[in-house]
Amino acid sequence: MRHIISVLVENEAGVLSRVAGLFSARGFNIESLTVAPVGNGETSRITLVTLGSDPIIEQILKQLNKLVPVIQVSDLSEGPHVGRELMLVKVLTERGQHDKNPRDEVLNVVRIFRAQVVDATPGSLIIEVTGDNDKLNACLAMLEPFGVAEMVRTGQVALSRGVRK
Amino acid sequence: MQLTGAEIVVQCLLEQGVRTVFGYPGGAALFIYDELYKAEPRLTHVLSRHEQGALHAADGYARVTGEVGVALVTSGPGATNAVTGLATAYMDSIPVVCLSAQVPVPLIGNDAFQEVDTVGITRSCTKHNYLVRDVEDLARVIREAFYIAKSGRPGPVLVDIPKDVSNTRCAYSPSHASVNIRSYRPTVKGHIRQVRRAVEMLQAARRPLLYTGGGVILANAWKGLQQLTKSLNLPITNTLMGLGAFPAADSQFVGMLGMHGTYEANMAVSHCDLLVAIGARFDDRVTGKIADFAPHAKIIHIDVDPTSISKNVRVDLPIVGDVRSVLEQMNGLIEEEKIPEKQADISDWWAKIEGWRKKDCLRFTQGEQEIESQYVIQTLCKLTKGQAIVATDVGQHQMWAAQFYGFQQARHWLTSGGLGTMGYGLPAAIGAQVAKPNEQVVVITGDGSIQMNVQELGTCLQYQLPIKIVILNNGFLGMVRQWQELFYERRYAHTDIAVSPDFVKLAEAYGALGLRTDKPAEVEAVLRQGLAHPGTVIMDFRVRKESNVYPMVPAGKGLNDMILGELL
Repeated sequence: MRHIISVLVENEAGVLSRVAGLFSARGFNIESLTVAPVGNGETSRITLVTLGSDPIIEQILKQLNKLVPVIQVSDLSEGPHVGRELMLVKVLTERGQHDKNPRDEVLNVVRIFRAQVVDATPGSLIIEVTGDNDKLNACLAMLEPFGVAEMVRTGQVALSRGVRK
Repeated sequence: MQLTGAEIVVQCLLEQGVRTVFGYPGGAALFIYDELYKAEPRLTHVLSRHEQGALHAADGYARVTGEVGVALVTSGPGATNAVTGLATAYMDSIPVVCLSAQVPVPLIGNDAFQEVDTVGITRSCTKHNYLVRDVEDLARVIREAFYIAKSGRPGPVLVDIPKDVSNTRCAYSPSHASVNIRSYRPTVKGHIRQVRRAVEMLQAARRPLLYTGGGVILANAWKGLQQLTKSLNLPITNTLMGLGAFPAADSQFVGMLGMHGTYEANMAVSHCDLLVAIGARFDDRVTGKIADFAPHAKIIHIDVDPTSISKNVRVDLPIVGDVRSVLEQMNGLIEEEKIPEKQADISDWWAKIEGWRKKDCLRFTQGEQEIESQYVIQTLCKLTKGQAIVATDVGQHQMWAAQFYGFQQARHWLTSGGLGTMGYGLPAAIGAQVAKPNEQVVVITGDGSIQMNVQELGTCLQYQLPIKIVILNNGFLGMVRQWQELFYERRYAHTDIAVSPDFVKLAEAYGALGLRTDKPAEVEAVLRQGLAHPGTVIMDFRVRKESNVYPMVPAGKGLNDMILGELL
């Protein structure tokens, strides 16, 4: 099963390689990983998405906790949570052989997915879209037929809902 | 007080109570060595002949004393040579602090002379490591390193110190305050409800068994373990790492378990209804085939490291905590609630175990022609009354030492259990002898293993360490040969190590005493002579060449699927 694991760490040199090294050394799988400083910059939050059976996930959580600079580990998939990912897609908008202007149709897709155009050139648009994994995949499927020159995704970030006591 | 980084290193080591550093100098370490020169004799330095030796010596020192062992190496090859020593300590959870010198900060990343990414290389074989880029962090980092090395589940910690940092001044104030790391808080006390539940399970069990490992020794918990074992008359088996926590001569001890464990220990695991694992980690050499491991048992697991619990074998009752504290909690409850009076009858279980014991699975016959390795170790045990500190390398001699040297006390057995490092024995013995100058320290080794760090004979002689080296010389890399004999149809691929030095002459070349025999009748006399000699001794026993360690559980088989050997 897929799990979103949120790891609060000391923001110090080498901490990311400790986390990544743990996954490679123990043969755990990482689907995506994001990291950035949070709060006053003393800490960073790593959000990683991983796949594994319950015993594997239990090991992952324990092994992460064991790393010295790790302050807190939580498995967000255990409770209600909100997850988001951001994707930038560079779509080609050159006039195709059907003689139709693809730009309008791309803009239609943008509207449907509540995405944004963040850059435009005569031959391309960069679309920014935010949402959960499924939404991004659906949007990408709609854009691909126009020709995607490049794309990038941030990987998932997430927070649990409500206030935890 | 303004001190240089190198002065801070020395001050911090003294602050931590360190008396001996094992190391090897080099360019990037010069400022630190210069301060060590001035710090003699408050802080002494033992010069190894290879950095691996320095790390194993620090490790051996830690195993016999329970204190943190300290090693100091230079940058580049100094650090890479230390890696095997760090990995050895890591696998066996030994508290070691390794200080490594590094090229100056401005050169880091420039492929400078003797530069390697030491923290990168050692990340996965240390409990934690640091690169100190700013001298202001140095004292805090060294204090944290010692705290992390010895607390929780112990392990090696490396501190990488660039040369310019060791030569930069900053304010230093002595501190004995306890270290506080917000992200690192090992659990000490066991959860009281879990402890109570464990005692109830012990009370009700009809076929209980204690299975204890190195964690008992690391936590200095052998007294509590002995009390528990005695108060409920429990049978107890030790892992390789756990030997000495319970006296081998005691009738409640059923021997070591696992691949080369005794018949009675492995059968007891296979038939028990309650297995209490204490400071042990269900290593594959212990469990054999997981599905067949303790198939009828509820399992209680007491360990300071939560990641050890349910990693290989699902347990029914986990107790996370310092083994010593948890055993105190359990013993307290057992006494308070008069558990021995309510305990289920286990006499049938003991009768069963005694039946297995009758098999006498370690039996061997010493003929008149060739020396049996087991006989050498048995005689050594007799002559030293089981009281020597014994260090080994890895292979057949190691297993025979575990089976035949009846350990009576904890912290007298130094062996690389997890990593299985050949070349560990002699330098570990050096660390032990430095720590315990008045104790008898013996290395049991093979003709293959001893050659992996034989250069440390120089260290023995330089510091006049009266270490006794017993070589069980069979002309083979014996354990691998045994597997080739049993599982590869006797195709002895490169296990014939026919050309070795003349070990007697080698001893003499270093200025040590060398003795040799190939006659069973002379074994005891040679051991007596060697043990009585005041200096370093090599005793070269030419033993039977193709002898095997039994019992043996073949890899991938269950513990009740033992090969019992030629005599049984």
